[in-house]
This record gives sequence, structure tokens and C-alpha cells, in this order.
Amino acid sequence: MSRPGTTATFGADRILDVAVPAAILVVWLIVGHWKLVDPFLVPPPLEVFKRLAQILVDGQLPAAIAGTLYRAIAAFALAVAICVPLGLAIARIAALRWFFDPLISIGFPMPKVAFIPIFILWLGVFDTSKIVVAAFACSFTILATTVGAASNVERAFVWSALSLGATRSALLWEVVLPAALPRILTGLQIALPIALITTIAAEMIMGGAGLGGTMMRAGRFADTPGVYAGIVASGAVGFLLVKCLEAARRWLLSWHPEQRETR
Amino acid sequence: MSVLRTLLRYLPVAILAVVWELVVRLGLVSDQVLPALSDVAAAWWRLMVEGDIPLHAKASFARAAYGLAIAAVVGGVGGLAMVQSRAVYRLLNPILQMLYPIPKSALIPLVLIFFGIGSASKVFLIALGCTLPILLSTLNGARGVDRSVLWSAQSLGASRLATLWEIRVPAAMPEILAGARTATAFCFILLVSSELLISRDGLGYLIANFGEAGVYPEMFAVILTVAFTGFCADRLLLALSRFMLRWQAPS
Repeated sequence: MSRPGTTATFGADRILDVAVPAAILVVWLIVGHWKLVDPFLVPPPLEVFKRLAQILVDGQLPAAIAGTLYRAIAAFALAVAICVPLGLAIARIAALRWFFDPLISIGFPMPKVAFIPIFILWLGVFDTSKIVVAAFACSFTILATTVGAASNVERAFVWSALSLGATRSALLWEVVLPAALPRILTGLQIALPIALITTIAAEMIMGGAGLGGTMMRAGRFADTPGVYAGIVASGAVGFLLVKCLEAARRWLLSWHPEQRETR
Repeated sequence: MSVLRTLLRYLPVAILAVVWELVVRLGLVSDQVLPALSDVAAAWWRLMVEGDIPLHAKASFARAAYGLAIAAVVGGVGGLAMVQSRAVYRLLNPILQMLYPIPKSALIPLVLIFFGIGSASKVFLIALGCTLPILLSTLNGARGVDRSVLWSAQSLGASRLATLWEIRVPAAMPEILAGARTATAFCFILLVSSELLISRDGLGYLIANFGEAGVYPEMFAVILTVAFTGFCADRLLLALSRFMLRWQAPS
């Protein structure tokens, strides 16, 4: 988003985007080199990167990232597959709306991680359990935004389509879904980070492989470089997922005016 | 009339509660897997009277309150400073871009190493995780102020501080409050997951403890307490937003 009139400072912004992280790295190097802070708390960056390289090469890190990504994406896909159709149905069918509306408004603000011990009781501590927990955590966000988006479709669109003889399924696919899509996607963009946060929290609590379990073990064994390496890796995973969803939005909404505005 | 309507609106919740009680009482689901709702209610009453829930709730709420207060001050001041000064904006923006995608639960092992299993680690974790949504909403809200309003104020001789306090902050209030709502949700997630993992007190610890001991009515009772508290906090914040934004035209 380049604002008019800021082109002159744009180059300086670009430089600072690189310079500030570089400065942080330099400060970290200095702190690490002269041991200004207890190296147990803040290990020298070289040690962290050495660790990252080491677990990258011996396959530990790729395996942990793959496990976490698999669970987070499976949970997200499961939640989308159930909640987007359900949300559309709730928005269009009065009986469903009556039943689900209070449940969504109560369930939406509840801290879903508190339910993790229940899922451990029901499904154990392996993949299924972690995936279902993360899907459960992000499902309310998807449901609430989908219902909101599909309920607020411009009436004139619906009436025009109906007067032109659109069938119910055509109305859904050709009018309601495209009109609601921008807001549904916004909901998904909020839901995916929730799925990732919950996956990592579930991995920490339930143990096993994956970034969360690996980091928690490193933390318990006071292996600081391992913890920092885990944070860097999960930051990278989070960044990757967010960027993928932004690209998906651009692709899915290439016909939508919002894409022209940002260019 | 409105009481009746509210009751009717929440009827599905009552239906769900009855179904829960029935499936267990009729033996469709073992009470080893799902304790009956009445047993959970009894356990909740016992824990309230014997003081377990109040004791641990006090520890949890203090952590949440301190963490959120720090986040509100740091996030609010940081966001306004970024709006007021281009230099601060340019310095902080790349750092925000770096911190933003990190899933905040990944910081739990870090605060464990820094602060151990006491309250400090949770307060720090919550402060860290909740500062970002408040800062970003303050920044976005205060930046999006109508230019002509700012120019009018400046032409009438308003100082920079006055335009900030009298115009930018009120104009940003809807977004700041929305950010506060997100922050509260984050706060509960971080509080509960850190207490489940690295704690010796607090409601999260109580849940984990009952879970490991296999006393499920008690575990469900504490979980529902936490869930209900989260719901109430959200409703309180909504009521506060409505009160603070009562000058706004209803949308």
C-alpha cells in the first residue's frame, strides 16, 4: 500500500525494513559475545543458528515442522469443510439459525484451549486429538464470520437473481457465495493463526513430535538454544501460512474490486 | 416479554444440557468418559464452597489483569507514538512485522526459562502476546482519522498533544476496543495453556491436576468455569464498548 505523496520516503522505509532487524541481530551478537546477559537466558545468535543448521541437516527440524504443518492444516481444512457449509446453511435456514445462534455467541468467546484435557480424555494424545482440538478452536470464528457474511448479502442481488429465475442452488453458488466470499476469507485469515496457535499449544500439552512438543522438551531440559530455534522455526511457519492465505485471497478474489484498490 | 424472549433465545443451550444429562443417565455414554451434568454441577458447588475454585481463580485473574494492564499501556502508548512520529513508526514497524507471525503459544518455553513456573512467567507471556493486537488496533484506528478534521483542529490552533488526545484517540476508540477484545481472547488462551503446562496454581493447573487424577466431574466443572469466565469477560468488554461509544451513531 503506497500512499500518494510518500514516494520520496519509500526508499528509506525499505532500507529500515532491513536495517532494524540487522541492528537487532548486531545487538544480540554484542550481548552474546561479551555475555552482557546470562548466556543461559540469551544464548549468542551463532549458537542458535548453529543449532538450527544442525537440526535442519539431521532432519529433526523438517520432521517437526512437517508434523506441525500437517496437523494445523488438517485441522483448518476440517474446520473449513464443516463450518463454511454449516454457516451458509445457518444463514439461509431459520430453524438452524434459531438453534445455532445462541451456541455460536456463547462458544465464540470461550477459551477453547481449556477443553484440551477433555479431548485428551476422549481421543487420547495422538494426531486425531490434536487435529480435532485445533479444528474445534478455530471453528467458531469460521462459523461466526460465514453466518455474518451470508446473512448480509445485498438483498437487491438476491431479488434480481430470483426474478431472473435462478434456482436455489444457482442462487447459492452464483450469488450468495461470491458476495459473501470476501468476508468469509477474512474469517479464514483470522482462523488459520488460531489453528496454528492451538496446534502448538496442544503439542506442548500432549507431547510427542512436532514443534510444540520439541520446544517444550527443550524448555524443560533448560536447552535454551533449542527453545530459540523452535521460536524462529514456528515464526517462519506462521509467516508462511499467513502469506499462503493472502495469496489464496488474491487468487480467489481476482474479480473483486478490492484487488484493484490495493494495486 | 423481553425476559421470555431471552429465555426462548437460549432454549437451544438448555436442550443441549438436557441431552448431555440424558445420554449419560440412560447409559448411552459411559460416565467415565462424560460425567453427567448434574454430577459436574455438584462438583462445582463443592469446589466453590471448599474454596478451591476461588483460591485458584484469584491467582489466574491477578495474572490476567497484570498482563493485560501492561499490554494496554505498552500497546496504547506504542501505537500512539507510532502515529505521532514517523521515526518511531519506521523503527517499530519492521519489528512488528517480525513478531506478528510468531504463534504466541510458542513463547511458553521461553518464559519458562526466563521466569520459571511462578506468576511472573504468565504475566510476561500475556503482556507480550496481548500488546500486539492493542498496538496494531491503536495504530490503525488513529491513522485512519479523517484528514479534514485534523486540519480544522490545527487551523483552530490545537497543539499536537491536543489533536492526539481530543481527536485521534476518540476517533480510534472503536478499533482500540475491538483490539482489546482480541487481546482478551489471546489472554485467556495464553493464561490457560501456560497454566496447564508450567504452573503450581491457577485454574489451568487445577484442570490439569484433576485430569491427571482422573476425577472428571471436577475437571469438567473447572473447565466450564474457565469457559464461562471467558464468555463473561467478552460480554463485559462489549458492554463497555457500547458505553464508551454511546456518542457514535448506531450502525
